[in-house]
Amino acid sequence: MAEKIELSRHDRMSVAWRSQFLQGSWNYERMQNVGWAYALIPAIKKLYTTKEDRSAALKRHLEFFNTHPYVASPIIGVTLALEEERANGAAIDDAAIQGVKIGMMGPLAGIGDPVFWFTLRPILGALGASLALSGNILGPILFFVLWNLIRMSFIWYTQEFGYKAGSAITQDLSGGLLKDITKGASILGMFILAVLVERWVSIKFVVQLPAKKLAEGAYINFPNGAVTGGKLQQILGEQASGMSLTKMAPNTLQANLDSLIPGLMGLLLTFFAMWLLKKKVSPIVMIIGIFIFGIAMHALHIM
Amino acid sequence: MSIISMVLVVIIAFFAGMEGILDEFEIHQPLVSATLIGMATGHLTAGIMLGGSLQMIALGWANIGAAVAPDVALASVASAIIMVKGNNFTPTGISVAVASAIPLAVAGLFLTMIVRTVSVGLTHGADAAAKEGKYQTIERLHLVGILLQGLRIAIPAALLIAIPASAVQEALGAMPEWLTGGMAIGGGMVVAVGYALVINMMATREVWPFFAIGFALAAVSQLTLIALGAIGVALAFIYLNLSKMGGNGGGGSNGGGAGDPVGDILDQY
Repeated sequence: MAEKIELSRHDRMSVAWRSQFLQGSWNYERMQNVGWAYALIPAIKKLYTTKEDRSAALKRHLEFFNTHPYVASPIIGVTLALEEERANGAAIDDAAIQGVKIGMMGPLAGIGDPVFWFTLRPILGALGASLALSGNILGPILFFVLWNLIRMSFIWYTQEFGYKAGSAITQDLSGGLLKDITKGASILGMFILAVLVERWVSIKFVVQLPAKKLAEGAYINFPNGAVTGGKLQQILGEQASGMSLTKMAPNTLQANLDSLIPGLMGLLLTFFAMWLLKKKVSPIVMIIGIFIFGIAMHALHIM
Repeated sequence: MSIISMVLVVIIAFFAGMEGILDEFEIHQPLVSATLIGMATGHLTAGIMLGGSLQMIALGWANIGAAVAPDVALASVASAIIMVKGNNFTPTGISVAVASAIPLAVAGLFLTMIVRTVSVGLTHGADAAAKEGKYQTIERLHLVGILLQGLRIAIPAALLIAIPASAVQEALGAMPEWLTGGMAIGGGMVVAVGYALVINMMATREVWPFFAIGFALAAVSQLTLIALGAIGVALAFIYLNLSKMGGNGGGGSNGGGAGDPVGDILDQY
């Protein structure tokens, strides 16, 4: 062998940049296959010089591929390592490379979905949205900058990790660290989702229940005649201490529900939606149904 | 809307469409795209507020498994255009814009299906190019796929822009209070669907207690979202570390009996 062909840092960065367009031509037949080949082209160009070799490499990377778009990076890293060895004469056949791709994409998608879609995006999105609701531009900026910082560093460092670890990484896939990350993400995710359900699912009943008669001493006893300065001072003091102005206290359904725990109805609605999802009701049907329900309840003066 | 604004909005819609499939930079998320459209049309603050309220609804929208959610990119772009055209930037105006964009976002799923089917053809083109070793052709085909995804949102956006503002305002103005008020109430509740989608994906017996803690703590309104996030991160670390300690100790004398989550982890180590 004359000289070992190696992928430079620049080559690997170019692959990492292109991997961001992995899903661009997502199709029903082989899903992310063209995007995968697109990402690997800088490496293929560097490693293989003859038309036959390039053609073979392109063909084997146009096979079926589908995973979470960010966790594709460690798989790309491993593939780069394998292709590099192969270009340098090691006996690595197509089946071995395809086996690594297929073997890694399933378990890794199982990490990418809970970590990115179910934990990180809801958390950063809710953080940004809660600022944005008052018109604060920091909301969108915070979301966009934090998300992309985390994502880009993840893509680059896991690709490098895969490249350096090579095929050894596959044995460690179900290992401790990844399990910890997934579990930690689902703990944090469940915690934050509960917060979001409590704070942002808003259900307010406007129904008035029969007013309650207050006990003696819970309301201010207004004198019938003229009020002296001393009496006025007493009345103002009583009001400041929270006594009611009238004998009857208004009593709303919402106040009664809130005294159990605020957000209870939102929680019940969320559980109901989860149950419907398990019964295979489409989220779209639910979304439209809830709008119709809201309009009906408002028209009936219940909400 | 001035000509420059219109062109800018269509460009933003184009990027949102590409991102809708790539899912990398997250330009298609309501927070980002509605803010950009607000900026392009001179209604920055209203755009941010619209982005915030739609983001809350769309937090859990992800196409995982059989459950399909409305198209986020089209929902963001269409609601922002409707708001600007309707010229109503009050909270009610914003929630009506969101509610009327959602049916469009559902219809947009059909366009997604078309593009994903057309892309099958691109794959076959790429196969032919691979035989010849022509990587430039593969690159070009891939870019065509991305462009199609951009057009998927840019064309509906352009059509919406083409509708005269007076017609949009008339239609929105003709809505009685019971309808607009009801839409706002529905918008407050519809958030639950997105959360339910995500909870269903993550919930296991082991992590439900953390949901309970989160719900109870969220009722304390003095705790900000960042404070609650810190508590959540701390809980996750404590739990992971404690479950490891149980593993090292062996026998599970501290970890509790069989059947509890710590015991389950113990078995795995």
